[in-house]
Amino acid sequence: MAYTEEELKKELETKEYEYGFYTDIESDTFPIGLNEDIVRAISKRKEEPEWMTDWRLKAFASWKEMKEPEWANVRYEKPDFQAISYYSAPKKKDKYESLDEVDPELLDTFNKLGISLDEQKKLAGVAVDIVIDSVSVATTFRDTLAEKGIIFCSISEAIKDYPDLVRKYLGTVIPPKDNFYAALNAAVFSDGSFCYIPKGVRCPMELSTYFRINQAGTGQFERTLVIADEGSYVSYLEGCTAPSRDENQLHAACVELIAMDDAEIKYSTVQNWYPGNKEGKGGVYNFVTKRGICHTNAKISWTQVETGSAVTWKYPSCILKGDNSIGEFYSIAVTNNYQQADTGTKMVHIGKNTRSTIISKGISAGKSQNSYRGLVQVNPKASNARNFSQCDSLLMGNECGAHTFPYIEARNNSAQIEHEATTSKIGEDQIFYCNQRGIDTEKAIALIVNGFSKEVLNKLPMEFAVEAQKLLEISLEGSVG
Amino acid sequence: MLTIKDLHASVEEKEILKGINLQVNPGEVHAIMGPNGSGKSTLSTVIAGHEDYEVTKGSISFDGEDLEELDAEQRAHKGIFLSFQYPVEIPGVTVTNFIKTAINALRKAKGLEDMPAKDMLKSIREKAAMLEIDSKFLSRSLNEGFSGGEKKRNEIFQLAMLEPKLAILDETDSGLDIDALKIVADGVNKLKSKDNAVVLITHYQRLLDYIVPDFVHVLYNGRIVKSGTKELAHELEAKGYDWIKQELA
Repeated sequence: MAYTEEELKKELETKEYEYGFYTDIESDTFPIGLNEDIVRAISKRKEEPEWMTDWRLKAFASWKEMKEPEWANVRYEKPDFQAISYYSAPKKKDKYESLDEVDPELLDTFNKLGISLDEQKKLAGVAVDIVIDSVSVATTFRDTLAEKGIIFCSISEAIKDYPDLVRKYLGTVIPPKDNFYAALNAAVFSDGSFCYIPKGVRCPMELSTYFRINQAGTGQFERTLVIADEGSYVSYLEGCTAPSRDENQLHAACVELIAMDDAEIKYSTVQNWYPGNKEGKGGVYNFVTKRGICHTNAKISWTQVETGSAVTWKYPSCILKGDNSIGEFYSIAVTNNYQQADTGTKMVHIGKNTRSTIISKGISAGKSQNSYRGLVQVNPKASNARNFSQCDSLLMGNECGAHTFPYIEARNNSAQIEHEATTSKIGEDQIFYCNQRGIDTEKAIALIVNGFSKEVLNKLPMEFAVEAQKLLEISLEGSVG
Repeated sequence: MLTIKDLHASVEEKEILKGINLQVNPGEVHAIMGPNGSGKSTLSTVIAGHEDYEVTKGSISFDGEDLEELDAEQRAHKGIFLSFQYPVEIPGVTVTNFIKTAINALRKAKGLEDMPAKDMLKSIREKAAMLEIDSKFLSRSLNEGFSGGEKKRNEIFQLAMLEPKLAILDETDSGLDIDALKIVADGVNKLKSKDNAVVLITHYQRLLDYIVPDFVHVLYNGRIVKSGTKELAHELEAKGYDWIKQELA
């Protein structure tokens, strides 16, 4: 088949960002702008109970009084919050009994993302709750999970079906007033995931959610709540891809984790939102609040691979409230072209004998800026608290930047805090060495970057690790001349 | 196999090689000796195709093909291997993973599928045993924290795995104690055949007691000033490089 020049150009353009396609599904979108009526309308559209509407309105009232934070090491044009539509849902919003009932175009979208539900269904061990433009359209494996008493559904459903659980825990780890974006999220969140693991239950499969922004000009405000009851265990995977759009899109999610006594939550994220083009135009603003609380002997591990978004502002944190609790943060953040990332964690030691580990790997290429920002706080009663932090930066080329902002606040003399930091550059001698062994430059970079990120990649569940390695390669393509 | 004609090469505008002529045929072992700064390592780097070195005059051809337009990995695909004097560290990439990647890159260049994992493992085990390499060594990060001897042994391990047509060993003997030197030399000798060739770059004659060269060349100030058989190496050892300098003066 002969290509016209125009067709070829088009194909090459889309190739840059593999997931940059747009699905033409009829949507039901609210007018742009944000006020009390919009907040009420969202709540009404979602048929929420009054307490939920009030919760949103209170959050909105606080948000109006708040200012967008400016302390992060990122520069961007502030979004016009009155120019965004705060609700967009595919029009056919009935729940589907089987895949046959699902809009074929939607299925096509899933296929392009490489997560065909068919396959996912067969692949034992993975249940997927897919969120497209804020409304959960398909949930699988629920029956298998239900047998164990595990609840895994959209947060909207949870508000209807499990109001007591939601009311008890929502906003307890991230109060609506916590910060500007968290308040905004609390006011307008459209959907998200809810997960409850009963006492003593070990969730038999990785729970997985794919988020995806679809409609042009709609911000996405996801809300996730994971509760692991006493002695339970869950591994939760969150993956994101967004189609490419010229105007910046806002993404302000909140994730709350609650690990009760002796419980363990492993939360893994691969984030691949559209990073903008080579000139720094477009891309997603990713302003996310993620926080978990650990009760006695509990453990929370955050693992993240961040390759996308034009601007990232994200600090998955652990409040180590219970004695002997453990918090972990493993992160790979890649920035290329004009991307900016300010990411890290907070480990707040409150209980005795609490331990935390932070491993952060930042990879900067192009003209990007990559910052690690982390706080280790040891409170007066947290005797024998221990922390180990390691922040490594890898630079490619001479125009990018890597920054480390570690904050340590120790208010107990028995605390042991270690911090190590390294900065290295991919050397021409390393590339030449690989070239001499027959390995081309792209592959050599992938090899070096994977080696650099290994400690974190090893923490990811198998299927995610493979995807993450590929993403690292795609993100850094063409970054060394 | 390797034909170098009147080769001039510069780095950062400074001419290092000033007219090298060299013919290496299959089955031969050549030793290139010379004092520090004579251009020995530059010669090996230029043959391997480092971008920072500019060939200003003359040519290098390999199996009848001019190498000028080929970049480093393409030269490697043709069967040129350089054992580095100072092998680089690649943290987090194991010895096994690195060699696997290199082998599959070569196979891909030849239009072959990746080597099946079983064959790869078998080959790695055999070659490691030949060079008395411990299996724990194979899962360490490439050259990270390796002793000088370990680095060199790892280079020869890669040579054994990749089975190139032309092996250039740049100062492989430096950093090796006598036991390690014997193991490495044994390895190289076992890999020698009538179809491949070895170029040894060395400062001292010591290595040549174990890998016996067919030809010895003396490199001085960017030119090969004397060629001979292994006797020349002994003469150099006895008289020192000053002898050459005086002879030239």
